[in-house]
Amino acid sequence: MEALLEILKELHPETDFETEEALVDRGVLVSFDIVMLITRIEEEFDVVIPAKDITPEHFNSAKALYALIEQLQEQDD
Amino acid sequence: MLFTSWAFLLFLAVLVPLYYLVPKRVQWIVLLLADAVFVGFAGVRGAVYMVVTIVTVYAAARGFDALFRRQRETVAAMKATHTKEERKKARLGFEKKRRAVLILCLCVNVGILFVLKYGAAIGRLSAAWLHTPAFGADLTLTMGISFYTFSSIGYLLDVYRETIPAEKNPFRLALFVSFFPLLVQGPISRFDLLGRQLNAPHSFSGERFLSGALRIAWGYWKKLIVADRLLVAVKALCARPAVYRGDFVFVEMLLYAACLYADFTGGIDITIGIGEWFGVTVEENFFRPYFSKSISEYWRRWHITLGEWFKRYVYYPLSVSKPMRTLSQKSRRLGVGVSRRLPVYLATLLVWALTGAWHGSNWTFLVWGVLNGVVILLSEEMKPLYARFHARFPGLTNGACYRGFTVIRTILLLSSLRLLDCYATVKEAFSAFFSMFTTWNWGAVFRGGIQSLGLSWADYGAAFAGVLCMFALSMAQRKGPIRKRILSHGTVCSVCVLLLLIGTILVFGRYGFGFDAGQFIYNRF
Repeated sequence: MEALLEILKELHPETDFETEEALVDRGVLVSFDIVMLITRIEEEFDVVIPAKDITPEHFNSAKALYALIEQLQEQDD
Repeated sequence: MLFTSWAFLLFLAVLVPLYYLVPKRVQWIVLLLADAVFVGFAGVRGAVYMVVTIVTVYAAARGFDALFRRQRETVAAMKATHTKEERKKARLGFEKKRRAVLILCLCVNVGILFVLKYGAAIGRLSAAWLHTPAFGADLTLTMGISFYTFSSIGYLLDVYRETIPAEKNPFRLALFVSFFPLLVQGPISRFDLLGRQLNAPHSFSGERFLSGALRIAWGYWKKLIVADRLLVAVKALCARPAVYRGDFVFVEMLLYAACLYADFTGGIDITIGIGEWFGVTVEENFFRPYFSKSISEYWRRWHITLGEWFKRYVYYPLSVSKPMRTLSQKSRRLGVGVSRRLPVYLATLLVWALTGAWHGSNWTFLVWGVLNGVVILLSEEMKPLYARFHARFPGLTNGACYRGFTVIRTILLLSSLRLLDCYATVKEAFSAFFSMFTTWNWGAVFRGGIQSLGLSWADYGAAFAGVLCMFALSMAQRKGPIRKRILSHGTVCSVCVLLLLIGTILVFGRYGFGFDAGQFIYNRF
């Protein structure tokens, strides 16, 4: 989770990602950020995020995003 | 059947009572029959294309469901007897079959749209460049095809991704594809949001009917008082690019911005209001777009459903696709920044080129799309520069003046790009744009210039008052939905507002004998 928070902070240093629950709905993360974020996550966590999982529900909070990463890692195993 | 025709109002007057008089279990059939009448009025050719889309998309989606089911059964049966690798191979086999079905169905539906949209233009290019006999002149878009094809493809891809199950009843899918209010100019809806609602039974609600009526009346108000009036002047300005230059172009930009907003949002208001009359919530397509502080924000608030469609089904899949990943990895030697930006930049430009192409076969649309992408990418690249500027002048961004400046800047920028939508050629559009910096002729504009555009001072006055009302309502909307506030004051108050809207349309609207209320601008896309 720490590594993910660091990546998110790189993108938007002004946002409190630990508490924010509507990153996409409030327009903090826009499509541009999401693709950049996916590239960084794939480098860091060695997972592939498929297009069907790029939904607001998965990207609205750091917690939901981390849950997606864990789920994808489990699938790989 | 135009939204702005008496025939359409009669059609609604018969349909709405009928919808609530029949037993609830057949309400959806009444809607489907109404769709058939609406589509039939537009011509047999359009109906045939629509049936092809419904049949192919229905068959493909059902095929996906069957393949998913067989895949699960096969893999489950292999669990005890086969290795993990063998099960993976079996899964991949099913995936390949699904992909083949998807590609075939996409080829048919995108193919129809492509031929109708670009057939005539390709025929002209072929005759001019390859000296072949001209062909395709009779290929024209049929009503709503750009909108229902995209909605259908969205449904197809959602079933392909297993986000939603396939609809088992082809007629219920047909109702989603052909729902008549959406055929005029969208919005581009999703089956999981609209399809289930259309097929559900609905009871009549007086408050919902009144709410829908207010929205419909407001839509007609914008269309008949502002849009159709200003369109006369915009068309006159665009028709003579050699004459109307310099400051006339600036006037044209502003008039077109107001006209397009009133036309497109007015049409969507009517669509959403009609949806409410049938107990259906149609997705919003606008969120006060002219209050955006940047062009990328504007595109998240204007024609929202088209932007969401491209994001969901093109931009994200393309950005995370294998070729993009490979490209990103190969470009690492150019630096981490380049390798991370490359997929997102390429996808942005491609999606914007496609968005431009969706609007039409003219080169102006393609250039308009690419320029939008370029402006968005440039803004992204300039973010560090903005950040340094704001660090140097802290507190500036909090001021109302700065916010006003960013809003006006965005409106001027997107209006400049929209000149490509007004003129017949890219050259004319650029020439008109640059003339604003070389020709100062405000004197000519006000010495009878704008009176030569087919509108009287009274017309300009009515349109200007209309624009002020739209602006005031947008401002008031910031405190919450206006209709909710009107309805909270009771039925009498709501009916009075409704009558006021209808009354002002009757007095100030452009309609009636001798005047042809126009089709909606977005209907041509």
